[in-house]
Amino acid sequence: MAAGAAWAAADLIEIEDALAFASQQTSANLVAQTRALTPAQAEVVSALTSRILPAVDGRPGAREAGALAFIDRALATFNAAQRPLYTQGIADLNRRAQARVTRVTGFAALTSGQQDEVIREIEATPFFQAVRLDTIVGTFALPSWGGNRDYMGWHLLGLEHQMAFQAPFGYYDADANRRN
Amino acid sequence: MAPQSRPSTRFRPSDVVDFVIVGSGAAGGIIAKELSTAGHTVVVLEQGPRLSERQFDHDEFGTFMRGHNINDPATQPHTFRPTPQETAQRRQVLVYGRLVGGSNAHFTGNFWRMRPSDFNEASRLGGVPGTGLVDWPLSYEELEPYYTKAEWELGVSGEPGPFDPPRSRPYPMPPLPVKSSGVLLERGARALGLHPQPSQMAINSRTYNGRPACQHCGFCLIFMCEFRAKSTSMAVMLPLAEATGRCEIRPDSYVAQVEVGRDGRATGVTYFDAQKRMQRQRAKAVVLCANGSETPRLLLNSASARFPQGLANSSGVVGKYLMFNTYFEVSAQFEQPLNEYKSVQNTRMVLDFYETDPKRGFYGGGGIDARFGKYPITFALEGLPRNAPTWGEGFARELARQFPRTMAFGCHGTSLPLETNSITLDPALKDAWGLPCIRTTYRDHPDDLKNAAFLGGHATEMAHAAGALAVWAAPVVAQTLAVHLLGTCRMGNDPRTSVVDRYHRAHDVRNLFICDGSSMVTSSRGQPTETISALAFRAGEHIAEFAKRGEI
Repeated sequence: MAAGAAWAAADLIEIEDALAFASQQTSANLVAQTRALTPAQAEVVSALTSRILPAVDGRPGAREAGALAFIDRALATFNAAQRPLYTQGIADLNRRAQARVTRVTGFAALTSGQQDEVIREIEATPFFQAVRLDTIVGTFALPSWGGNRDYMGWHLLGLEHQMAFQAPFGYYDADANRRN
Repeated sequence: MAPQSRPSTRFRPSDVVDFVIVGSGAAGGIIAKELSTAGHTVVVLEQGPRLSERQFDHDEFGTFMRGHNINDPATQPHTFRPTPQETAQRRQVLVYGRLVGGSNAHFTGNFWRMRPSDFNEASRLGGVPGTGLVDWPLSYEELEPYYTKAEWELGVSGEPGPFDPPRSRPYPMPPLPVKSSGVLLERGARALGLHPQPSQMAINSRTYNGRPACQHCGFCLIFMCEFRAKSTSMAVMLPLAEATGRCEIRPDSYVAQVEVGRDGRATGVTYFDAQKRMQRQRAKAVVLCANGSETPRLLLNSASARFPQGLANSSGVVGKYLMFNTYFEVSAQFEQPLNEYKSVQNTRMVLDFYETDPKRGFYGGGGIDARFGKYPITFALEGLPRNAPTWGEGFARELARQFPRTMAFGCHGTSLPLETNSITLDPALKDAWGLPCIRTTYRDHPDDLKNAAFLGGHATEMAHAAGALAVWAAPVVAQTLAVHLLGTCRMGNDPRTSVVDRYHRAHDVRNLFICDGSSMVTSSRGQPTETISALAFRAGEHIAEFAKRGEI
């Protein structure tokens, strides 16, 4: 088991590198394709999604899962009523970023630690609550809604998407189901 | 192989069919099957669309947050107020399935009989002051053959528990395989001297009448079953009705009114078709199975010079005594993965607290099951304890760790029938078809909330006794969301205090029958579907006999 653990640890570094690369690619592609958000606004929302639900421990996060694509599509269609909330909230984040760090272009250019500090200032606002909800939906709703790319959101929960399973299902029913 | 739904028979609206049935859910599907197999012509009008298994999906966002396959607040808004003294506000409180198959198509599958004590609780307890708690006009013994019929004709998996009422036949299928949540509920319950038992589910544990066994995909709660392993009207009854060649299921048909002739008899119904054109289906008799909210609304919307208070409402009871059932959930985290996202909602339950015990100091009882209540979005939004992080690395780590390790103890309880809890017509709001909308007035009786807290206390003890690492629950609050819509056209022997008689015939209109959740006199212990199904089998049999004897 120890050898397995060492292998897993080595692998984890590679996975995280690969994820970071994939994340940049995904995010760049998504930002280029937005319909409701401008590219600059999309950068901010993308950064926010990755702070709300970051990639950790070798698992993808909301940015890797493409939550931004869901959010933008929703703002372009059934969630259009929230566009002013997003526009104002994003502008506010950029102002806060610039007040915090001189000559920074905006929230997306901050380090993740600085982004978290800014988020702590606004986490009770309707804007942040809306982005949090949309990030979660964009990560976990069916891919047909625009996010949850390749069911990445479900993978991060440990949910295998299969149409059929067999008992035993979990740790605690293993004995009972093996007896049967 | 069981017959697949294959629409073939067509009637014209101008044809006078024997029966027009409004609603295709648990009751409508069964009555359609009973009447058509007895030789009658039947048209079933369903407001929702007809979907095939190929169109089902596992879309949590669409189903829970965008109103897919349920009553749509955009076109069918309704209003809510806790008490009659308040002005109702627009609010989505009632949720029901809006598709061929009704709410029954997406129900969880819990299939509990009521006990003999449920039918005469009022007289045994000496009533509950200030409430409308009364005895049923029939007994468990009278309904027992129809409980059995429902279990065998639909297909139910289970085994009798230690407190179960007498039964004339065993369950047709053995219980479904136990899940980790079920093992943990058993562990906790036994440690406390309680009596866990397998959940009784209208889901196949093996191939049954040509339909396959459950494949354990995990999407039962408010999802339709792609495999037809859930024993629903949609999968079982409607195909049998259509196979007679005498029954047409007509989707996208939104009924506006029951029409009554000069002789006071129902002549059919008017409805909007998919193009919102008004149609009139003529029939010798009308059967309403539109659920405990739409059935009373339809009667109230059918008011006329002859029936100024609404049709079949000389008692003034139509819409009153609405009951929701309480639902309260205790969540628990365990050390190892349970993977509750697999298989059916619940596999073990405890019915030790079913009966009302006057020593507790309040009316009520219920059951507690071990279940998985949260799909990914809901879990991320509200699946962690209140002190857990809500964003950031800690949030991501907790979601990943706890999603497979979390379960819930679901507490299903009684609601007392109160005259003030009701479905009425909103005086101002109209739906997209121009019909007056539903106004719901509902506030739980204090005993209902005490009972929910009582069951929650036992659930909490069980969770701890099962070895949970963390146990938590939201506070018990007044209910403002309901999927069980019961009691609004209650059955009874006295036309002054009830809407339908013991055979579901409206006291006021000889050829109008009403059978669905609205018929229920008491709320059951939180799982009413088997009782609605048994009532429907019984009603279908009697209505067919009345028709044969020329008594309609």
